Amino acid sequence: MLGKLDWSAIPFDQPIPLLAGAIVLVAILAVLVWVVVKGHLPYLWHEWITSVDHKRIGVMYMLLASVMLLRGGSDAIMMRIQQAVAFQSQGYLPPEHYNQIFSAHGTIMIFFVAMPFVIGLMNLVVPLQLGVRDVAFPTLNSVGFWLTATGALLVNLSLVVGEFARTGWLAFPPLSELTYSPGVGVDYYAWSLQISGVGTLVAGINLVTTVLKLRTKGMSYLRMPMFCWTTLASNLLIVAAFPILTATLAMLLLDRYLGFHFFTNEAGGNQMMFMNLIWAWGHPEVYILVLPAFGIFSEVVSTYSGKPLFGYRSMVLATMAICVISFMVWLHHFFTMGAGPDVNAVFGIASMIIAVPTGVKIYNWLFTMYGGRIRFATPMLWSVGFMVTFIIGGLTGVLVAVPPADFLLHNSMFLVAHFHNVIIGGVLFGVFAGFEYWFPKAFGFRLDERWGKVAFWFTFVGFYATFMPLYVAGMLGMTRRMQHYDVAAWRPWMIAAAVGMALLSIGVVCQVVQLLVSIRNREALRDRTGDPWDGRSLEWATSSPPPVFNFAISPDVRGGDAYWELKAHAKQLEHGEPEYRDIEMPRNSPTGFVCAFFASIMGFALIWHIWWMVILGGIGAFATFVVFAWRDHDEYVIPAAEVARIDRVNLEERRGLVSLAGIV
Amino acid sequence: MNLLDPQGPVAAADKTILIDSVAIMLAIVVPTIVAILAFAFWFRETNPKARFQPDFAYSGRIELVVWSIPALTIILLGGVAWIGSHQLDPAVPVPGTGSPVRIQAVSLDWKWLFIYPDQRIATVNTLTVPAGAELNLQLTSSSVMNVFFIPQLGSMIYTMNGMVTKLNLRADNEGKMQGLSAHFSGDGFPDMMFDVNVISPLAFPDWVAATAKTDRVLNEDSYRKLMQQGIAKDRPSYRLEDPRLFDLISTQHIPPGPGPRVTSDAGRSHNGDRDAR
Repeated sequence: MLGKLDWSAIPFDQPIPLLAGAIVLVAILAVLVWVVVKGHLPYLWHEWITSVDHKRIGVMYMLLASVMLLRGGSDAIMMRIQQAVAFQSQGYLPPEHYNQIFSAHGTIMIFFVAMPFVIGLMNLVVPLQLGVRDVAFPTLNSVGFWLTATGALLVNLSLVVGEFARTGWLAFPPLSELTYSPGVGVDYYAWSLQISGVGTLVAGINLVTTVLKLRTKGMSYLRMPMFCWTTLASNLLIVAAFPILTATLAMLLLDRYLGFHFFTNEAGGNQMMFMNLIWAWGHPEVYILVLPAFGIFSEVVSTYSGKPLFGYRSMVLATMAICVISFMVWLHHFFTMGAGPDVNAVFGIASMIIAVPTGVKIYNWLFTMYGGRIRFATPMLWSVGFMVTFIIGGLTGVLVAVPPADFLLHNSMFLVAHFHNVIIGGVLFGVFAGFEYWFPKAFGFRLDERWGKVAFWFTFVGFYATFMPLYVAGMLGMTRRMQHYDVAAWRPWMIAAAVGMALLSIGVVCQVVQLLVSIRNREALRDRTGDPWDGRSLEWATSSPPPVFNFAISPDVRGGDAYWELKAHAKQLEHGEPEYRDIEMPRNSPTGFVCAFFASIMGFALIWHIWWMVILGGIGAFATFVVFAWRDHDEYVIPAAEVARIDRVNLEERRGLVSLAGIV
Repeated sequence: MNLLDPQGPVAAADKTILIDSVAIMLAIVVPTIVAILAFAFWFRETNPKARFQPDFAYSGRIELVVWSIPALTIILLGGVAWIGSHQLDPAVPVPGTGSPVRIQAVSLDWKWLFIYPDQRIATVNTLTVPAGAELNLQLTSSSVMNVFFIPQLGSMIYTMNGMVTKLNLRADNEGKMQGLSAHFSGDGFPDMMFDVNVISPLAFPDWVAATAKTDRVLNEDSYRKLMQQGIAKDRPSYRLEDPRLFDLISTQHIPPGPGPRVTSDAGRSHNGDRDAR
């Protein structure tokens, strides 16, 4: 009846996950009760859960990412404490628990923190920057988000029902095959990534189409803001790379469920093929994450320097070069597998070549600052912090791309330090900068600057204090994923890293405090103009938060830095009253949520081999799709009078403030 | 285990390339970081002396320079990578004094088995080699992937079931070192560290003779017992009954290791004996 599921799946003998799970469960129940009792449920359902508004979906992506950041961060803290104490002892985490933690940490941080954060920001900002009213496929967008949430739900469920993978975040066979991992851990891993992978692919298709097909009048490719370009590149990579991940995991699942032999030891399976396939997705994946971050920094540096981006065309070229070359370097993840010197050297050099366009980007940001008037608001601090940190990460990255150096450093703590250096210093600093920068656009008020700066400095210093010791440990021969060790020379560095982790955690706490303080002071921090930073692109040309239709009148773009041009010629303001028209917007749809509900059931049932429930979930998801496909009315009309009413309020505010500043 | 304290030619050459590459990159990285901080500081809003050029967004000369600097660095470094990859190919023998020593390493769950086919002996978690001799290693795995790595001798290499990888090393100085597995392989993974004893070439035959006196015999049966999951509590050595044992393992005539014994716990796989750690 319930497949492999019985009471022994609940880890009653392990207090840590049980307690953590219980606290989370109580918290979720408390929130649910509060929502129902206070009568917020209809609001949540109509305004958020069923919303197909790209801004709302973007915000929900970021909320998901923030919650999962706390979960992945807790894993990180537990790992750093374990390695600080487990010298010539077992520490406080037994291997079966520690191994789950580092596997979950990697999986969560990449798939459920970094990915939803960048996809959320792209969703929120890109249609605004393009000057359009929505994305290409609004309902599909909602489906994509909710499927990602399903994946996150399953990963968290593994904490209390069963176990998570104990194989590392890429679940290499043969360790991940049924013979060596008979538990449900790898199944949790694979099914949550299969389901959220579909969501990511859908989001990628949606954003590629949006950038290619939906640009406002005059917004030619070479007038798009840099963030739109990096969004295009990143989502092209998603569309090209995620099917590889899906296929690879499907093969692993066939091995595990139906006795196939793609990657097994027996019957001609080839474990090296998994390595190749997973990294053929995995290497583009890091550029999927970091390219949007590059876009954010381009926007931020240009805005706070009060200048257009230096070498715009060069930046476009560099972005697209990275997009293409990132597919040709995957083998550098396993130089030590015994490939010949020609193969190793070719892939080593290809990997280094990516450093050229990346270096160009750094120099272009440098010259964007040159001759500027730099305001050191929090996003700018993250950007300068990023540039310095990312160069160091780039140096160590190119170093491990030299095969003989990699022969010493592969899989070491040096490597761990390297990829945290580029992912924290690049992606995370980027999304934090983007979060601060676009927060007023999403919510209508700015974030508290003082707490923002405190958070930056703790995170910045904490990052160096955590990961520089790991570089040293790597040079001392320490490999990754050690549950305990007996080498005295490693100990001091593990303790130093744990102290650094404490600083990093304070940084994260400061971000939470910043958010709470800003919500309390929101009236004082209110952004009435829609343009709090003296911005240059079109998202600043509408109110904060923007109306559901984004722009009352579709903007007409005459050059790069579209809103800057408008402001320079005071165009928007000199028109007395534009001619408002009816606007058609897509209707809300529960399709995404219902679909994800059935996908969750199906995923859970697949993990536990509850076949009747699999069929039930499958039919439910398909029925949802059929109902959606047969819909009659998928749009509603906002009458011109209503558009005029909403827009006039915003124009009033804007005119008032502009004349106050003496511009007009 | 310090990578900067190599004890053999391979590790020394790996280290030289590592240091050279860092030096080449530092030559552009340091000025770039300094420039970032300097530009950010000088062009701050509150500096009245900084000249504001709000339209400075393109310069062909600067573009040429910013594409050339990283490109030239990478050309230089690419040369280092190409030459280094060929000179330090793990499959290329490293000449030494005396006759080469053949070693066949098998990663088990979770210990290392070192077979000396010519000497007809085998050891677990201890690798004893003569100083200065050419070491020819062949490696395979009894079950999952591992990586054989002695940091102070250089160049790690994967071990995989059903496959043989090759590694050539040389240890120049007598002394003790440690090696480890550098690829996660399951619950007992951190206990896969092994001792490396580099002894004088004159003492090596004596060590072989002393080891061969043991009454433990390594044959297919005792190997099957050894490959059960668990960590090695002591470091046994064996007389090798059949010098083709390694080939039987690597060609899967002896089937791969069995993995954990599944207990009744639904979904949660414990390796049968929980004292494995």
